[in-house]
Amino acid sequence: MRSANRPLSPHLQIYRWQLTSVLSILHRAAGVALSAGAVLLVWWLVAAASGPDAYDDVEDFLGSWLGLLLLFAWTVSLFYHLCNGIRHLVWDTGHGLDLRSTYIGGWLVVGGTGILTLIAWIAWIATWAS
Amino acid sequence: MRSPLGRAVGLGSAKEGVEHWWLQRITAVALVPLSLWFVIAIIRLVGADLDSVGDWIGRPLPAILLVLLLIATYYHASLGLQVVIEDYVHAELPKLGLVIVVRLACFALAVAGIFAVLSIAVGMSS
Repeated sequence: MRSANRPLSPHLQIYRWQLTSVLSILHRAAGVALSAGAVLLVWWLVAAASGPDAYDDVEDFLGSWLGLLLLFAWTVSLFYHLCNGIRHLVWDTGHGLDLRSTYIGGWLVVGGTGILTLIAWIAWIATWAS
Repeated sequence: MRSPLGRAVGLGSAKEGVEHWWLQRITAVALVPLSLWFVIAIIRLVGADLDSVGDWIGRPLPAILLVLLLIATYYHASLGLQVVIEDYVHAELPKLGLVIVVRLACFALAVAGIFAVLSIAVGMSS
C-alpha cells in the first residue's frame, strides 16, 4: 500500500476548522477557565468571612481592569459551558446526534452565550449605575 | 473470554463502572439552576458593601444554595480536570501526581468556601 493512500490524522495547520470541533475544544477550555474562576468565588467568600481588610483586597482586585476583564471572561465561559453543557446532556439521551442537529445546536449555543452574556452585563451596569 | 463473574460485575479493565460519567452528569444538572441563580444574585449585589453582602450570604436560602453550589462546582471541576489531565499528560507519574494535586485542591477549596459561608451564617444567628 502506498503511504499516500493511508488515512491521515488531522494536520492542524492545514485542517479546515468546523463549528463542531471548535465548540468541542472550547467547552473544555471554558471548563478549565471556570475551575480557575471558582477559586475567585472561594476567595470572595473567605474574605467576606474574614473581615473588612480582606474584603477590601477582593473588591480592589475585582474593580481593577484585570479583575473586570477576568469577570467578563468568566461570565462568557460560564454561559458557554452552561449552554453547551445542556447540548451535551441532550446528546446523552441519544437525541440530536445527526450532522444537521449538531450544527443547529452549535449555533444555538453560540447565540445563547452571546445573549446571556449581554443580558448579564447590561444588568450589571444598570445595578452599578443605580 | 469474560468469566461469568466478570460479566455479572460488569467492570472492565478500568476496574470501575460509570460512576465518574454519571456523577459528572448529576453535578452538571444541579449546576444549571445553581449557576444561573448565582449570576443573578451576584448582579444584584453589585456595589453592595461588606455588611449587606454578609447579611445576604448568612441568610438561610443563600447560605444553603451557596454550599450546594460549592459542592456541585468543585465535584464537577475535579471530575472534568481529571479527564483533561488524563487526556494530555501521558507519563504515568506526572499524570498521577497532577490528578492527586487537583482533586485535593478541589476538596480543600470546597471546604474553605463552605466553612466561610457557615461561619458568616453562624456569626449572624448567634
